[in-house]
Amino acid sequence: MARQSKVVASFAEAVAGIEDGATIGFGGFAMPGVPFNLMRALQEQGAKRLTCVANTTGGAAQPRMPDIGHLVERGMVAKVICAFTAATRASDELPFTKYYERGEVEAELVPQGTLAERLRAAGAGIPAFYTPTAVGTELAEGRETRMFGGREYLLEAALPLDYAFIRAHRADTSGNLRFRRSQRNFNPVMAMAARVTIVEVENAIEPAGSFDPDDVHLAGIFVHRMVVIPPAPDGIWPQMREPRK
Amino acid sequence: MSGLNRQQMADAVARRFQDGWIVNLGVGIPTMCSNTAITADIIYHSENGVIGYGPLAEPGHEDMHLVNAGGQHVTLKPEAAVVHHADSFAIIRSGKIDVTVMGAYEVACNGDFANWKVAGALGGGIGGAMDLAASAKRVFIILEHTQRNGAPRLLTRCALPVTARGVVKLVATNLGLFEPAGEGFNLLEIAPGVSVDEIRAATGAPVLVPADLKTIAV
Repeated sequence: MARQSKVVASFAEAVAGIEDGATIGFGGFAMPGVPFNLMRALQEQGAKRLTCVANTTGGAAQPRMPDIGHLVERGMVAKVICAFTAATRASDELPFTKYYERGEVEAELVPQGTLAERLRAAGAGIPAFYTPTAVGTELAEGRETRMFGGREYLLEAALPLDYAFIRAHRADTSGNLRFRRSQRNFNPVMAMAARVTIVEVENAIEPAGSFDPDDVHLAGIFVHRMVVIPPAPDGIWPQMREPRK
Repeated sequence: MSGLNRQQMADAVARRFQDGWIVNLGVGIPTMCSNTAITADIIYHSENGVIGYGPLAEPGHEDMHLVNAGGQHVTLKPEAAVVHHADSFAIIRSGKIDVTVMGAYEVACNGDFANWKVAGALGGGIGGAMDLAASAKRVFIILEHTQRNGAPRLLTRCALPVTARGVVKLVATNLGLFEPAGEGFNLLEIAPGVSVDEIRAATGAPVLVPADLKTIAV
């Protein structure tokens, strides 16, 4: 019996069935590798009480692209877990911020490397780990630390995901992925941490065997649904940010 | 009393880099440490996994798949490599970054600094700062010497929530180069046209001045 195809025809089909209360990781860093099309489709899908995991809630730069802030604005989000719950520049305000300040959404602020390692641990069957990051800061108050070799480390738990939304440059029918340049970022660790990984792909899906196995960045066993991004305006493609003043 | 401009502050820090160092530059003024002829033989590391990036891309030649941690479109040197985020922070946590250069709101003479949360804010922007500060071999800070209202940013103890404790090795401001020394800041070099009295008046901690004080070359 042949395996079921991982390729789906639309973004709506790709995000179908996501349950209320799901934990979803969104890959990407700045522009590259962000699953903008899947994030837009999720707005329409409308699942509620989501926990959203990403580097940032987004929305400080122009033009504004689909981001977690849009999901918050639609009342879909219960909690975010991010390395930024405020903008990099204190003078900028994220769209998310006013909902956070009104208590309508919860936030867990996590150092970026701890976020990546919590995801990596989840994908690696490691329930928790110790890191030197954030020791002695407000983030460590009241939490378990332990000395190793005379240095203090903070205990951090793995962060498993129900779904990972990621964007890749190329894919074959078995789900083997390749990323281009800094598009890789969080995407492989998000995929490995997730029960279901959904990928938007920038090029036509290629036959299995198109990549040398040595050149695969993420093995197809971590990939469950793929959808090809159509040309603009139907598909969302990265654009140049407007220059900052 | 204005002292150094932003590029001159960055240059004063970049002159401390050594050939072959792996360097991580934070957003803002630290980014300017790479835009100078001073730092030819440096491997720049970016949190998003780009190792060995070069100058900013020329307008019209930006690669939409390639940015540094500040979201700037950079170029790659021939030696460049790309890793995923967990490996990028494995590089950081395992102590392979020779120096991280960051901006800050406050820095204290005990080596603490604060750069992720402003007074009264609910949220914060940590990014990779806590990982870098905890595990880089050296932490260098670049910041304006005072707030806009003249209040000092160089203090005995940080008032804002800290990013890491006891880690800062060098502080560059528009007025000079400083070294946290426990009970005060050692003034290593002074900006041209600035007096020690002006620095003392603008600093919230004791300033220790060597007999042979050097002036920063600009």
